[in-house]
Amino acid sequence: MSALSTAAATLRRPRRAAGAPGVATVYRWELFKLGFQKRTYLGLGASIATPIIFTAFASFGPGHHDDFAFADYLNRSGLAFPLVLLLFGAIWLFPLIVALVAGDIVSSEDHNGTLKTIFTRSLERHQIFAGKTLVALTYAVVAIFVEGTTAVIAGIVRSGFHSLQSLSGTIVSAPKALELVYFALLIYLIPIVTIVCIGILLSSLTRNSAAAIVGTLMISLLFQLIGIIPGLQDSVPYLLSTQYQAWQGLLRTPIDWQPIIRAVWVCAMYGVPAIFTAFVLFLRRDVAGG
Amino acid sequence: MSEEPPPVEVRGLVKRYGRLSAVDGVDLTVQRGDVYGYLGPNGAGKTTSLRMMLGLIRPTAGTVRLFGRDPQESVRALEGVAGFVEAPTFYPYLSGRRNLELLAAYDGGDARRRVDAALETVELLERAGDRVGGYSHGMRQRLGIAAALLRNPKLLLLDEPATGLDPAGMRDMRLLIRRLSDQGITVLLSSHLLSEVEEVCNRVAIIRAGRIAYEGEIAALKRGAGASYRLETTDDERALAVCQAQPGISEVRREDGAIRFVAEDRTVAELSQALVEAGALIRVLAPQTLRLEDLFLSLTEDGDAAGRREPLAEGVGT
Repeated sequence: MSALSTAAATLRRPRRAAGAPGVATVYRWELFKLGFQKRTYLGLGASIATPIIFTAFASFGPGHHDDFAFADYLNRSGLAFPLVLLLFGAIWLFPLIVALVAGDIVSSEDHNGTLKTIFTRSLERHQIFAGKTLVALTYAVVAIFVEGTTAVIAGIVRSGFHSLQSLSGTIVSAPKALELVYFALLIYLIPIVTIVCIGILLSSLTRNSAAAIVGTLMISLLFQLIGIIPGLQDSVPYLLSTQYQAWQGLLRTPIDWQPIIRAVWVCAMYGVPAIFTAFVLFLRRDVAGG
Repeated sequence: MSEEPPPVEVRGLVKRYGRLSAVDGVDLTVQRGDVYGYLGPNGAGKTTSLRMMLGLIRPTAGTVRLFGRDPQESVRALEGVAGFVEAPTFYPYLSGRRNLELLAAYDGGDARRRVDAALETVELLERAGDRVGGYSHGMRQRLGIAAALLRNPKLLLLDEPATGLDPAGMRDMRLLIRRLSDQGITVLLSSHLLSEVEEVCNRVAIIRAGRIAYEGEIAALKRGAGASYRLETTDDERALAVCQAQPGISEVRREDGAIRFVAEDRTVAELSQALVEAGALIRVLAPQTLRLEDLFLSLTEDGDAAGRREPLAEGVGT
């Protein structure tokens, strides 16, 4: 039996839902199904492997870095590692990890031809959509926190549990810095949730997992590209890619809430229409194939 | 007391994709207790009709009522209704049992308690722990029936349930459908396997190019089409001429050393007298069993002819 089968076999099947089925029923079974899919472990594996590889690279790789935030702290505090990874992960790693599930969550039903199977049971389409969306969000949250926690552990092993210098130059104690790291992960979820919404939209629209996953990644990269095109600098504060930096407001003294608040509404501007369109597509689609 | 609505009532059902009419004004009614055959060649619109009946696609026009409820409004209309269109589909990475448990959870109520019974009914209990990805086509078809039975249905909509099965599998499927019918379940069975329909169905609708060419009892269809006869005489040349000249006799042709024609009983008596008078003495005059296949082909093969055909006895013609 493969490792995947073994892992899946250890998952407990969802407990029986009492009475009428609802969003919670879909949520439980979608989580259960994730446990049997390779892409789940691929994404979570990347969330664990990346910090470890990065830490190893910082230990054995070439020389000294000082061209990005917290770079010079990598050798002084392990808590700098998760923050540095947040900077680099935004380019393609985290969008890819969350797109692996979000981009697949509807289109895999198309691939298996199972939409017609579940649409003819006793659940309304909006309940199925809500359950699937919640699972994609859950996976994104788990992936980000797994990555963050792995980076914290690997960083502490590498550089110790020491205080950190904030972006304003003040020294933050190690326990406080750890708290800020986890708050930073929370803030980081704002643009990540938007990526989930875009992934679900493309999954509903293309009905093809590969197209949806690659498409989500391409959109994420497109935002990065727009940000560096000369003449479009005025748009930078309103790009999705910029909102990945919002957590840095927490690392200032006093906390700078302005980028965090802007991240909320800018991400809503992209995410809400995306998830609403996906919802309408899901509700109104004709299940003519499969 | 108001009369209970029929399990399936379809009126003026239309589905267009651009200029193409996949279903073009279908009317049909399935009564309680029917095993109803929905017959048609590939691409005639059977599966599209079934998808609309199950609420999977929206009709361009017309209405579907299942026990008086509209499946386009809510899945609540599918209460007591189950089935599948095309091949039944499942999550290939889950076992047969897990798939049924998932579907039972999506059905709610006590569906989960029926998982074992459903697996036993379709004789899949021993393989229930295996991944569906490793199931044969026949096993998936049976699992599809099991998934339908979880809903404790009063109406089963089955799309080509015997397609792809070996002869033994087809026989088992027919037996299963009969057994379910005996338990009081109304069945709407789409098929292009005429022997299957003839064996298990009491009523049929024949669809051609999106339109109903016939709806009614199979027996009435055969009666309405007239009986086929085989004739051998001492002088077949003369007998052929007599047959062709005789009113009420049609489709006269020579085949396998005999004359074949379609006629009503009364006309046959007159014909035998005319043959004797013409000096063609009868050696054999025997009614032939008219097969559903012949009727089906006559209704579906020649488009223009079928379009002009008068409504057959007790049936609904286009």
